[in-house]
Amino acid sequence: MDLELFLQQLANAISLGSLYALLAIGYTMVYGILRLINFAHGDIFMFGTYMAFYMMTSFMLPWGAAFIIAIILTIAFGVLVEKAAYKPLRNSPRMSIMISAIGASFLIENLAIVVFGGRPKSLPVPDLFNRIIHIGNVSVVSITFITPIITMVALAILMFIVNKTKTGMAMRAVSKDYEAARLMGIDVNFIITFTFAIGSALAAIGGIMWGLKYPSLLPLMGVMPGLKCFIAAVIGGIGDIRGAVIGGFILGLIEIMLIAVFPELTGYRDAFAFVLLIVILLVKPTGIMGKNIAEKV
Amino acid sequence: MKNRKTQLTIILLIVTIAIIAVLNITLDSYKIKIFTLCGIYIILGLSMNLINGFTGLFSLGHAGFMAVGAYVSALLTMSPELKDSVFYVAPINPFIKVIQLPFPLALIVGGLAAAGIAFLIGAPVLRLNDDYLAIATLGFSEIIRVVITNTQTLTNGSLGLKGITRYTNAWWAWGIAILTIFFMIWLIHGMYGKAFKAIREDEIAAEAMGISLFKHKMMSFVIGAFFAGVGGGLLGHLIGAIDPNMFRFILTFNILLIVVLGGIGSITGTIISATAVTILMEVLRFIENPINLGFVNIPGIPGMRMVVFSLMLMGVILFYPKGLMGRAEFNWDYFLKKKFLRNRKKSA
Repeated sequence: MDLELFLQQLANAISLGSLYALLAIGYTMVYGILRLINFAHGDIFMFGTYMAFYMMTSFMLPWGAAFIIAIILTIAFGVLVEKAAYKPLRNSPRMSIMISAIGASFLIENLAIVVFGGRPKSLPVPDLFNRIIHIGNVSVVSITFITPIITMVALAILMFIVNKTKTGMAMRAVSKDYEAARLMGIDVNFIITFTFAIGSALAAIGGIMWGLKYPSLLPLMGVMPGLKCFIAAVIGGIGDIRGAVIGGFILGLIEIMLIAVFPELTGYRDAFAFVLLIVILLVKPTGIMGKNIAEKV
Repeated sequence: MKNRKTQLTIILLIVTIAIIAVLNITLDSYKIKIFTLCGIYIILGLSMNLINGFTGLFSLGHAGFMAVGAYVSALLTMSPELKDSVFYVAPINPFIKVIQLPFPLALIVGGLAAAGIAFLIGAPVLRLNDDYLAIATLGFSEIIRVVITNTQTLTNGSLGLKGITRYTNAWWAWGIAILTIFFMIWLIHGMYGKAFKAIREDEIAAEAMGISLFKHKMMSFVIGAFFAGVGGGLLGHLIGAIDPNMFRFILTFNILLIVVLGGIGSITGTIISATAVTILMEVLRFIENPINLGFVNIPGIPGMRMVVFSLMLMGVILFYPKGLMGRAEFNWDYFLKKKFLRNRKKSA
């Protein structure tokens, strides 16, 4: 592989990795607080992309407004999922909550098939994201650069919220110890809703970026990215936001680079993430940034 | 009393066989197919209930085990000439081409292959718990599907296998289902079953009582995978064609629905709900087809069936988490005490 091709692939890998990172943050935050795999997260991501599509085509809004409204609608949707599928089961066995999550995910997917239709829709890509940029002999579509930048900005805002604000402090407290946080007067339900809202906003941003990069929208488009990003969160150490970002980038890099180096592996692309998951669970189950916690009797 | 119960069980068994015979003669071929499918889903539901319900391991790898069973058994029953004509893109591996086994043996080998894969997967995966186990087993089932899609000379890749002889009939499906039911009852009531339930209730306490966690989890996982493989083999020989897309997560979802609906940890519940869900899946096809009421035409809504099923799953888990039977089982005592005999429900 020559240098130019390598740089091109590297740009692609970073761009894909930052999309994965955006989704993985949502998984890791919900898991940190509720100890629950939000199976519906990938479908919330899909919902965000479709909302952007409908805002731009049916309502003819300019893309900036369309994206912002899509993000707001997705936040509302994510909170609705939490209220309907997870909140009633807060004190139920883990298995019930997981089944409810799987049920919610299937419900959203199939409702999407019924409402949005099963045929692929294509998101109109605004000019700004579709320019071809030449750097030396390497030519890259501008979305490839815009995605990591937006991810970094979103991450900076998120880090500020989590580390500097009072709500962020409450979030960290709830994820450390749910019961103790409640005894300290933290409104746990509000914090959980807030966490879902942030996760859904990031999923919507990721979804729109995804739609601009791969402009073919399908009701089941969230399933594979969803599973992979959960794996990215596990790789990074679940519950840790920086870990999720690192995991997302690692996964993006591995996926793009392995195929670039060994093109004959293309058919196995969707299996890489799962193989990586098994390896990480065997070698370091707590992930890269995770800490070991002994199980209490 | 015990003698009486055995007699009743035998009578029930004979009645069931008679019902199968009668249905086999009176129903048309489409309905017999659904009836056969009920038997297969009972096997699949019970195998998942063993892992998820009785041992408390939340495994989502069923579709993968079924795929292994279906492919292995189908490749074993297909004749070398048929394999040559099906594998027209890339020639089949010569070793696999020549071996051919009769249907029952092929099913068993298919089940054993699934169990073997489960054994290999179980070693790393069963050390995990809860959600990690769920996602890891789901991952393995996806890996199995991806591997099947890409090993052209072994499995014919995404084209799948076609022209499989339709050996599965109501007798095979229900016969194996009844054997599975008796085996599960024997297993659950025995020493191993008690160990499984102890692990489900409290792993740490079970371990403290001297139950080897890994051994019993592995056992439950491997046995469950074996029956899933047999079920997959039966399914392949019922439909006559298999391809990797059949074994997506949605298949696991359907079986999970059966287990949750019937009651997580109840054999009787699984039998009832497997039958009900299978029939419902066919009955609900009407909402996907256009309905003509004479004065209005309601267009069919594709995908509506799965919406109904997802709503059912959510509804049960949110409002009635015990499902149909909870952890209760069908019991002769209830009928004997009430002097109230009805041989309707099938169980022992």
